Amino acid sequence: MARAVTRNTRIGWTIVAWAVALVIFFPILYTIITSFKSEQEAIAGFDLIPSLTLESYQTVQTQNNYFRPFMNSVILAVGSTLLALIVAIPAAWAMAFSPTRHTKNILMWMLSTKMMPAVAVLVPIYLIFLRFGLMDTRIGLTVLLMLINLPIVVWMLYTYFREIPGEILEAARMDGASLRDEILYILTPMAVPGIASTMLLNVILAWNEAFWTIQLTTTSAAPLSAFIASFSSPQGLFWAKLSAASTMAIAPILILGWFSQKQLVRGLTFGAVK
Amino acid sequence: MATRQTASLARLMRAPAIILLLIWMVVPLGMTLYYSFLNYNLLNPAVTSWAGWFNYQYFYTDPAFLDSLWNTLVLVVGVLLITVCGGIAIAILIDKPIFGQGLVRILVISPFFVMPPVAALIWKNMIMHPSYGVFADIAKFFGTSPVDWFAQYPLFSIIIIVAWQWLPFATLILLTSLQSLDGEQMEAAEMDGAPAYSRFIHLVLPHMARAITVVILIQTIFLLSIYAEILVTTNGGPGTASTNLTYLIYRAARLNFDIGGAAAGGVIAVVLANIVAIFLMRAVGKNLD
Repeated sequence: MARAVTRNTRIGWTIVAWAVALVIFFPILYTIITSFKSEQEAIAGFDLIPSLTLESYQTVQTQNNYFRPFMNSVILAVGSTLLALIVAIPAAWAMAFSPTRHTKNILMWMLSTKMMPAVAVLVPIYLIFLRFGLMDTRIGLTVLLMLINLPIVVWMLYTYFREIPGEILEAARMDGASLRDEILYILTPMAVPGIASTMLLNVILAWNEAFWTIQLTTTSAAPLSAFIASFSSPQGLFWAKLSAASTMAIAPILILGWFSQKQLVRGLTFGAVK
Repeated sequence: MATRQTASLARLMRAPAIILLLIWMVVPLGMTLYYSFLNYNLLNPAVTSWAGWFNYQYFYTDPAFLDSLWNTLVLVVGVLLITVCGGIAIAILIDKPIFGQGLVRILVISPFFVMPPVAALIWKNMIMHPSYGVFADIAKFFGTSPVDWFAQYPLFSIIIIVAWQWLPFATLILLTSLQSLDGEQMEAAEMDGAPAYSRFIHLVLPHMARAITVVILIQTIFLLSIYAEILVTTNGGPGTASTNLTYLIYRAARLNFDIGGAAAGGVIAVVLANIVAIFLMRAVGKNLD
């Protein structure tokens, strides 16, 4: 009897939870479905079963040269992440393994740079980009995105590196390991998962950045976030086409995101919630 | 001796990150501060002159400025209310022993990974469009006339979109916190006959208090900078009905070419963000030791 009740409650909660989840996911699902419809079907009213045409995907590519903003997104997201890692790994390493009495203050100060609202420096950055011919270039935007996310990257790496026990190094040294051995066989394998997680979250953040990309690009360096924003003009009233462009823009990051739930919590709360 | 070597090596390793961030912070902020005291319009750069406090006065007396401050406040508070309350409810729901928990979790957090322009356009065209949106279809189904969301309730519509994007974040953080709750304590309370709501008030809520604080502070930092969602849906209008401070400054800088005015607005935005930042830093700093 008691068991039946538990089972029934479980089924009840399952139904409620799935209903809520589907409502939240619905806009994404509906976009994916619409992307496989023809333009006439898309505005014909609510309908969940498409005719499965790839027409819209082809139109987006042929009319808007979709491949270009897509590659720009890849280059910007990966490029800015790699740059940030090159700068941040040594810094986080030094702060985790040879902390000084200033380390905490430095970390807090780095965090504070992340709190600066982007719009507050819109004027100077815009003028600098104009002055030095960086408007609509990938290199300018890559460096900018690197700077924006650098505090999060340092912080995340720091929290991961701090979890590597220092005693293990002492033990290795006692066993006669050289510095090279230490780095190659002990530290690197222990640091790689943390670095990979940091990379994952940062690629997601850089991919979805939509303030600077819209401000500082027009066509040649525009990533997907700027490209899709341009669909808000009247030509955007092509539902299926918009859906196809949107689906391709979010699909890669959505899948990466599903694997990054833990990193998301760690990276965006700066270790404040565990 | 070895330690001194290590210390200087460590300094060398820290230097690039610190120097880069120092430049990133000092140079643009210094320039913003400087420009905020200039009469400087890109349409007529030849007549640039010292303006004193004029830009600030102008901003302060401009009715659009007070509107934008109010809209910023409504936007932030509205989204926080929805995401925190919704986040708590959904976190508790997912934490229950349900079938397909992993999949439910994935569906619920998905909106967070949708880039802002896409999220806004999906809602604008697919969901809230007065003739082709799903809401309109639902209204027609019930025989009522569809609502033109962005014309009639522009700010509310943007709140809905932004809340949809941030609900997953709140849910995920609160769920993480909820899962570290002591199960035995809950069981004991249940055995003693404490009803569900009193368990929630006296056990669950105090346990999640810290996570809730962090969610509120972090989201506020991001919500103060909402931009793309406004750009692709309402363009700040009608009038200034959905213009927040970020959007007002963007308009001054990029559409009116008013460098001095936009810079003064930027300084005000920094002050606002800093008020929130101080509290956030305190919450994070406690955890560092």
